Amino acid sequence: MKRIVVCLKQAVDVSQMKVDPATRQLITAAAPKKISDFDKNALEEAIRIKEKIGNVEVVTVTMSAEDAKTVLREALAMGADKAYLVNDPSLKDVDTFGTAYVLSEVVKKVGEFDLILGGETSLDSFSGLVGARMAELLGLPHLSSIRKLGVEGDFVVAERSLEESIETVKAKMPALVTVTREVNQPRIPSLMMIMKASKKEIVNWALVDLNVQKEKLAARIELVEVLAPKTERKKVRITGESVQEVADKLATALIQEGVVKR
Amino acid sequence: MSECKGVWVFSEKFDLMLEMLGKGREVADKLGTELVVVLVGKGVSDKANELVRYGADRVYVVDDIALEHFQTEGYLSVLHGLALQHKPEVVLVGSTRDGKPLAARLATRLEAGCVPDCNRLSVDEKGRLVGERITYGGNASAKIVFKTKPQIATVPSRAFEKPEPKDRNGQVVKMDAKVDAPRTEVVERKPLEASNVRIEEAEVIVSCGRGLEKKEDKVLLDELSAVLCGQVGCSRPLAEDRKWFSEWVGLSGHKVKPKLYVACGISGVIQHVAGIRDAKVIVAINKDEQAPIFEVADYGVVGNLYEVLPALKEALKKQLQ
Repeated sequence: MKRIVVCLKQAVDVSQMKVDPATRQLITAAAPKKISDFDKNALEEAIRIKEKIGNVEVVTVTMSAEDAKTVLREALAMGADKAYLVNDPSLKDVDTFGTAYVLSEVVKKVGEFDLILGGETSLDSFSGLVGARMAELLGLPHLSSIRKLGVEGDFVVAERSLEESIETVKAKMPALVTVTREVNQPRIPSLMMIMKASKKEIVNWALVDLNVQKEKLAARIELVEVLAPKTERKKVRITGESVQEVADKLATALIQEGVVKR
Repeated sequence: MSECKGVWVFSEKFDLMLEMLGKGREVADKLGTELVVVLVGKGVSDKANELVRYGADRVYVVDDIALEHFQTEGYLSVLHGLALQHKPEVVLVGSTRDGKPLAARLATRLEAGCVPDCNRLSVDEKGRLVGERITYGGNASAKIVFKTKPQIATVPSRAFEKPEPKDRNGQVVKMDAKVDAPRTEVVERKPLEASNVRIEEAEVIVSCGRGLEKKEDKVLLDELSAVLCGQVGCSRPLAEDRKWFSEWVGLSGHKVKPKLYVACGISGVIQHVAGIRDAKVIVAINKDEQAPIFEVADYGVVGNLYEVLPALKEALKKQLQ
């Protein structure tokens, strides 16, 4: 095995997002950015494979309309060998097709690889399409919803978490794998690892450095509106002198709502 | 682009196709076009008439031994071949763990847009499909339109009601298709534990969070759930961190739509709330009166779940007699 490529997205930390209650608009500008959770699991998995079988280069690829170097330093501290960043303001409005297209071209330029790993979906937009789209553009088998992963010779063997079953699947490499958060618990880099990472390289490419046809980047979809959902709940607080009284009142309310079968 | 016509519905899960047919019918009528189902599998031909009864004007049947089990490359080659030949205007694909990557690959092969996990679908005044979906970890709902055709959207199970079947006329057309060979091999398939299956279908869910102190205490939830003829669920930390459950309710787990959701000892982080947003009635039981779950609940009880759950079980038993 020679190389594992991990796709990392710089995502908005959704747990720190604020909503303007009057307009239901999101205040995204102030929210901090981080490596999308699921992608971090993918990176952790790549590093574990490297630790197990040795002699593998783990590189990360990222595309972003904004700078993402700070976030990529963390990936290098965790154990990635090298990071590639395509940073171009014109990437601001691309959709999942454009994202997969640019990432695929980055992967091609990086060179030969055995595995591409990524998160099943992203923390912020939560589309879950880019991995499959890349597999299609690169002509690779795609193993999705992966909760357990291993490499056996020329094959990747993995467990898929499906709605009603767990499926063990096998594919010949090169292959593309998208993981869920069940797959592992990403490490927190030590101070030593953070210091070592400062010497590692972040390769910065612009769109013109890639074999990308600009007209293909035009978005096929358009965001019309993003608003916090309306909460139309009753918010009735049930109180009473005793637990029994509270329970009686609640039972009565639920029966009146017609949500309890007699 | 203008020659694209027809609203197509596909899922490898038959029930999900039926659910999509009601909404598909509505979209097709608004666009003044026909509703088409692509029925794929082995020995599936006799199910075509049922799809007509649920609203399809036309069913393309691709019945092939190579399609007995879902496999991405084969199903993709069939859908892509048919789409090239008949140029659909809209394609709705069931958003399962298999269906969603399939939709993404179909959209890529056709260089088309794709909007995943639409819990609402409509047609705007320009005749464009409008999909609505939850985004930003449950903080927001996004409304998205398509700029190119075909317009491919994925639809989660239980997003739309199954329509009433009736006697109608429709055309069933058998199609031959090129079926590509799979590139991944399924080595083993293990069914999940029965108790954890299909929580999406449950009418009542009693769910616990970090307020549950020991795994054995789950029996409190089992007992209440039995009185309510419901199922037991949990929030993500109980499954992912404590491993007490294999599945959880929430944006990254199961999105549920019960009549009644009882959240016991669940704080109510936005990702969990996003998974229960479509519940008809939400009850929150929590020691912490500041817990955000109370903001999204219809009925809130500030109290210890170890006292409230047994009392509620007895109260319900008494009043239901």
